[in-house]
Amino acid sequence: MVNLEAVNCEKVWREISNYLEGDVDAALRAAMDEHFHTCKRCASVLEGTRNVIQLYSDERMIEVPSGFGRRLERRLAQNARLSSRRWSTWSAWLVPVAALALITGGLRLANSLTSSHPMKSEHAQQAHDIPPDMLVVVSVDAKVFHAPGCDFIHNKDKVRTLTAQEAIQQGYIPCLRCMRKYLETTARRPTILGSEARAGADEDEDEDRGHGER
Amino acid sequence: MAEPNAVLNKPEQQPTREQELIARVQRGESELFYELVQPYERRVYAAALAILRNETDAEDVAQEAVLKAFANIRQFRAEARFSTWLIQITVNEALMRRRRERTVTMEAIDERREEESDYAPRDFADWREIPSEALERKEVRQKLAQALASLDRKYREVFVLRDMEQLNIQETAEALGISIASVKTRLLRARLMLRDLLAGGWEQGWFSRLPFEKGTKPW
Repeated sequence: MVNLEAVNCEKVWREISNYLEGDVDAALRAAMDEHFHTCKRCASVLEGTRNVIQLYSDERMIEVPSGFGRRLERRLAQNARLSSRRWSTWSAWLVPVAALALITGGLRLANSLTSSHPMKSEHAQQAHDIPPDMLVVVSVDAKVFHAPGCDFIHNKDKVRTLTAQEAIQQGYIPCLRCMRKYLETTARRPTILGSEARAGADEDEDEDRGHGER
Repeated sequence: MAEPNAVLNKPEQQPTREQELIARVQRGESELFYELVQPYERRVYAAALAILRNETDAEDVAQEAVLKAFANIRQFRAEARFSTWLIQITVNEALMRRRRERTVTMEAIDERREEESDYAPRDFADWREIPSEALERKEVRQKLAQALASLDRKYREVFVLRDMEQLNIQETAEALGISIASVKTRLLRARLMLRDLLAGGWEQGWFSRLPFEKGTKPW
């Protein structure tokens, strides 16, 4: 049995927003419903509050400056052009690195055919494919290493450069985004290892979520 | 009586097309990104404006936020709502901009102030329903916008994110970096103040009364 006496006007005003959110328990809801039936003033507050929410949630309440959408679209297009230009600069120096990787990769392929240790994770798998002498960057407050120029470097102002081998030894794990790109570029060889790298790359990454900016 | 939540939770529009667009952009079809954000571009702008209160800054931050969303699209997870994710990025950008550009003292005092005590509604006249068709009229939209703009920042921000941007309580708390309890308190107060500001205005000419003054009590 709900104690209707417990709900006075002040209590109703305090809870009216929660009531509209559906965020009051059944007993309180019943008591408030009862109160609204008998108290005209609170019923008016309820109606007004509901009306306010309804009006402001209408898309028409949002006015944007004229040409806003057009300017946004243009900015996105500019950004896309810029990043493709950055990528071509980056890929230019990637070619010799990739060539080197092909050689070391080939050697590792020979090894992998003789021993078949199952990889623990996608990170581990990628770490095995990265040439140990590749130069990578790490930032002070993250545990992920990146190819230079990666968009997902956390805190770009505070990075240091080291080799992939050093990074792995120091407990860093490879960034799944830039290293994936790197491996996809180097793994254009029609080998078992290459197809493994690509299969891994199709999966979503979780571990370093949150290191990029949100 | 209508179901109370009906006005609070709008269903997402065309989820399948959106999911497809997200997947394709994540796979590298970056030219589709504008199509993905376009349905929300107005909300992105409104979120930035609620925090910055300056149209030029709001547009700039809106663009920056969309670029950031694009750069981080691979971090987006299907279980989240894309619109919410986008708005949260926008709020974050806008708050960073404000922190950079405003004097620290004013903000610090404002943030430290305790939540004010209960707000009592002051207008008990029968509520005259303002029909949504009235929003077709520019002067009605302007009056509503003015009422919102007259609220203190902390009430305005919570109200915009929850009731205009359709974030839920928890998402609003996360976006603004405040507690869920604070969101609820501020939201209650914002809604009641707006109701008071708009009460009686619909049929008697808008806002013949004085604008709401900070700290005043009805009795």
